[in-house]
Amino acid sequence: MTHNPHISIQHLNVQIGNQEILKDISINIPNKKVVSIIGPSGCGKTTLLKSLNRLFDDTADIKVSGKVLVDGEDIYAPDAEVTHIRKKMGLLSQRPYPLPMSIYDNIAYGPRIHGTRKKSELDEIVETQLKATGLWNEVKDRLNAPATRLSIGQQQRLCLARGLAVEPEIILGDESTSALDPVSTSIIEDLFIKLKEKYTIVLVTHILRQARRVSDYIIFVYMGQIIEFGPTEEVLLNPKQELTREYVKGYIS
Amino acid sequence: MIRRKLEENFFRVLMVLATILVTGSFFLIVGTILYRGVPFMTWDMVSKIPGGGFYIGKEGGVLNAIVGSLYVAGGATILGLFISIPVAIYINMYLGGRTWLANALRIAFDVLFGIPSIVYGAFGFLIMVYFGIRASLLGGIVAVTLLVIPILVRTLDEVIRTVPRELRDATSALGATRWETAKVVIRQIRPGVFTAILLSFGRAVGDVASVLFTAGFSDNIPTSLHQPTATLPLAIFFQLGSPVAEVQGRAYASALILTIIVLIITVLSSILAKQFSKNTSR
Repeated sequence: MTHNPHISIQHLNVQIGNQEILKDISINIPNKKVVSIIGPSGCGKTTLLKSLNRLFDDTADIKVSGKVLVDGEDIYAPDAEVTHIRKKMGLLSQRPYPLPMSIYDNIAYGPRIHGTRKKSELDEIVETQLKATGLWNEVKDRLNAPATRLSIGQQQRLCLARGLAVEPEIILGDESTSALDPVSTSIIEDLFIKLKEKYTIVLVTHILRQARRVSDYIIFVYMGQIIEFGPTEEVLLNPKQELTREYVKGYIS
Repeated sequence: MIRRKLEENFFRVLMVLATILVTGSFFLIVGTILYRGVPFMTWDMVSKIPGGGFYIGKEGGVLNAIVGSLYVAGGATILGLFISIPVAIYINMYLGGRTWLANALRIAFDVLFGIPSIVYGAFGFLIMVYFGIRASLLGGIVAVTLLVIPILVRTLDEVIRTVPRELRDATSALGATRWETAKVVIRQIRPGVFTAILLSFGRAVGDVASVLFTAGFSDNIPTSLHQPTATLPLAIFFQLGSPVAEVQGRAYASALILTIIVLIITVLSSILAKQFSKNTSR
């Protein structure tokens, strides 16, 4: 599984103020698979996810050391272009945050800032991505309506479509279904399974059932360290580490 | 048990009394303006500039002051917005929002917020003397802009702080630069911008001290930035000082006009704020 890694994290340390959030993380994330990061609250899951596209750059007092190689390029190298790195990764946050504009403009936003101006091209991108996320039939008659008129579940799919529109290679999900009802949750989970044909997907999740359903590999993080990393069934059903066993059984949360 | 009940009732009565006091004085003020101003409220008041002998009770109106006030308050608010939006964005999105420098700037604007308007007037006057500008519409706009910038910056700052962190992350994650993200943030805060405009315009249109030396006074409507201009608060001040009953009445009519202008701006900006809050993300 370490053949052809898409993302390779090497000795990553993240410190905010005097607090060590991540300690010496090294891991290879395989290409076009779904990897779930699990672990108790406050263990550093989200920080690990955000370190992949440098989203915490603005945080005060943050210190990062180590390397994160994406397609062999170190994203923390001094000459790395942060907008270029982020374009490679679509982010789906805990709750949907549609941009304050129409459904159409939400999806066209990314392509537009990266230089696509032609109406016909944008139309095509919008249609393709809305179809990819199963929204097309629901919204095709009201593309110019404000995105906030959609239901929360639809908004989350819109946010996924918005991320896909910039043609990323990787999708990052930060507990992306935690605000959704069961039906919307299973739609999003199905999308993840479908999308791994084209994308490498890294998810943070609290829900072990979800991790089991959608992911190929699981990373178990505890107190800022990777305790176990392996194929889903192995980690969940036959964990090698005592801590993982306790977490999976529900003794630590 | 009885003591707790007494305490509850005592403070409730205090709250009711305080509320009555506030609303009562509000209606007294509006009532006085209406009672004294309406009899002198003629079409001439809003459609004519002062004629010869206006200040001893002969014909004319305060159109010069109405237009002058709209020019000064409108000009200052627009100019102030062009300066304040970048400042508020810079504090929150480039300085990190909660760093010591951002907080130091906030304190500075809070201090400026509390400075009496006569100080801005005097400061504006000094600048004008230095550059050899006479009392004029331009001078008035500059002085009032100085007055409203702290209001605008602090209001916009509070509004920007309500924008969810995740919305900014969402655009960043799409590969947007900070400025591109800022543009989305500006769209998101449009309802708040109208609140800021309302507060700023309200303060600007009613302030006397800042325009006293800087805008001057004129019976004509200014046709260029370099001409002096009348403003409603100053017109009210001059007319109230007159011994002629007719002129004093017109002062109340002018106050009524000023109140109506503020009322229109209030209603307009809350309608616009509602209109634009329809498609913002929460």
